[in-house]
Amino acid sequence: MPAPRTVPAVESAGVVGEAALDRTVVSLHRAAVKVGGRTIWSEVTLAVGTGEFVAVLGPNGVGKSTLLKAILGLLPLSAGELRVLGAAPGRHNSRVGYLPQRRAFDPSTRIRGVDVVRLGFDGDRWGVPLPTRRARRAADRVREVISLVGAQSYAHRPIGQCSGGEQQRLLIAQALVRRPELLVLDEPLDSLDVTNQASVSALIQSVCRSQNVAVLLVAHDVNPILQSLDQVVYLAHGGAVMGPPEEVITADTLTMLYGTPIDVLRDRAGRLVVVGQPDAPPEHRHR
Amino acid sequence: MTGLTWNLADDIRQVLSFHFMVNALRAGTIVAIVAGAIGYFMVLRRQSFAGHTLAVIGFPGAAGATWLGINAGFGYFGFCIAGALIIGALPGSARPDAGLGGYGEESAVIGTVQAFALACGFLFVSLYKGFLSGINSLLFGTITGVTDDQVIVLLVAGACCLVALAALGRPLLFASVDPGVARARGVPVRLVNAAFLVLLGVAAAGTSQVTGSLLVFALLVAPAATASRLTARPALGLTLSIAVALLVTWAGETIAFFSPYPIGFWVTTLAFGCYLAATAYRLTADRLGRSAFRLVRSPA
Repeated sequence: MPAPRTVPAVESAGVVGEAALDRTVVSLHRAAVKVGGRTIWSEVTLAVGTGEFVAVLGPNGVGKSTLLKAILGLLPLSAGELRVLGAAPGRHNSRVGYLPQRRAFDPSTRIRGVDVVRLGFDGDRWGVPLPTRRARRAADRVREVISLVGAQSYAHRPIGQCSGGEQQRLLIAQALVRRPELLVLDEPLDSLDVTNQASVSALIQSVCRSQNVAVLLVAHDVNPILQSLDQVVYLAHGGAVMGPPEEVITADTLTMLYGTPIDVLRDRAGRLVVVGQPDAPPEHRHR
Repeated sequence: MTGLTWNLADDIRQVLSFHFMVNALRAGTIVAIVAGAIGYFMVLRRQSFAGHTLAVIGFPGAAGATWLGINAGFGYFGFCIAGALIIGALPGSARPDAGLGGYGEESAVIGTVQAFALACGFLFVSLYKGFLSGINSLLFGTITGVTDDQVIVLLVAGACCLVALAALGRPLLFASVDPGVARARGVPVRLVNAAFLVLLGVAAAGTSQVTGSLLVFALLVAPAATASRLTARPALGLTLSIAVALLVTWAGETIAFFSPYPIGFWVTTLAFGCYLAATAYRLTADRLGRSAFRLVRSPA
């Protein structure tokens, strides 16, 4: 069950000031985003430290994907401050791995999984790869990251013929191939069956711990990852609350955030169910 | 024209003794390389319909140029490139957020443009009286029609096209397969998409001059579709696509020389044959692969 966490809290105890700041991978201070003239969320303050596993939760259409796009520098803030890896968002995107919210590859897509992973390595470079030493290093790194996610047996098949879980593993490998310091995942468990949800979330957790990558993961359902989360960002009602899951996913905090009575129930297996949360108004939907 | 001797060296000498055949083979070679390469990306991006429309847009260009007494080649290139820029600029035709594994077809907009282009071409043909035999070669290709000037224009356009494709290479593949991540990685996806449409226009214009506007797919789609049935490796697929395009062009032009039937028919038929063979290969390979997989799986 939950492994005791020692990472940021204990280590940072002895360090102060500058060094502690350096360990922050993403920080938002009183940030707001407008899309089409309408404020999606505002007054959002949060910080993600090195190697932390953070989930972004909240009802549909509340701006979870928008938060990730802002962090990637694809959407400007309308107020407040946002720093990613110590710079403006988008500056260091080569050190950020991104997995967008998506449907599966079309079954007729005739390109191999290993090619898709390779595109994550140097797909943004102009020109054609020549068989040089750099290309060999790239191929080695691709092989290494494919075995890290356990995709060796199907990485050479056309990706359209891989199952949803296999595709998701390959795409995680693509996001990891440049050894990012931050992994930004938009609903990676969506559209997977229960078995694959468990194995892909186990993979993300082990990558987060073994590679010391900070993970910021948008989730619809917190339960598959609840045991290993360091922090939760709960977005609702145009604002956000951040903290350890046991403090944030509580009846009191969510009632305060929504402004209407919310209950949080816990079943025998320890799964959380949030009851009474109103969906965002219909014009609030994704995109 | 003399007949087939079934002696390979003699036959080739016979083909090459005619200047129009030398020009046809030169033009065919340039066009096949460009169409095979660009076609590979077009099939991967599922933009075949856009490719077809660009070829059809070339028809009024060529007809208009002939009517005005200009080299038809300029008409093809001018109209196809302009058409590519227009299609690229139309809303809904370039969607950076489109799904994985390629783009949806921009069908409605493109279909409308295509019908209008065909109508304009027909108008220019009627304005240029006495041109009625020419309409066949504009639409379905001719083996005798390629002039020395046209070969030079094709060579320059083809070289520019290949250099640009090589430079775009990886970002184009990235933006085609996975536009969302490519954009986050700093690939200018919209620009890459627009640039590719222009390259597609150049390829379609060039191919039209050998196969005619309506049969460009013989070189633009069929070799690429054949290659993608045979392999899922990008580099190998690109090479195979060019190889198949060259093969069907050379063979089609040679057969057309010895037979009374038009070149467009032969090139298209050979390309279709290659596609059928590759599809059959893929189906059997997949079936064998599946049963092998079952054999491996079943004892476990």
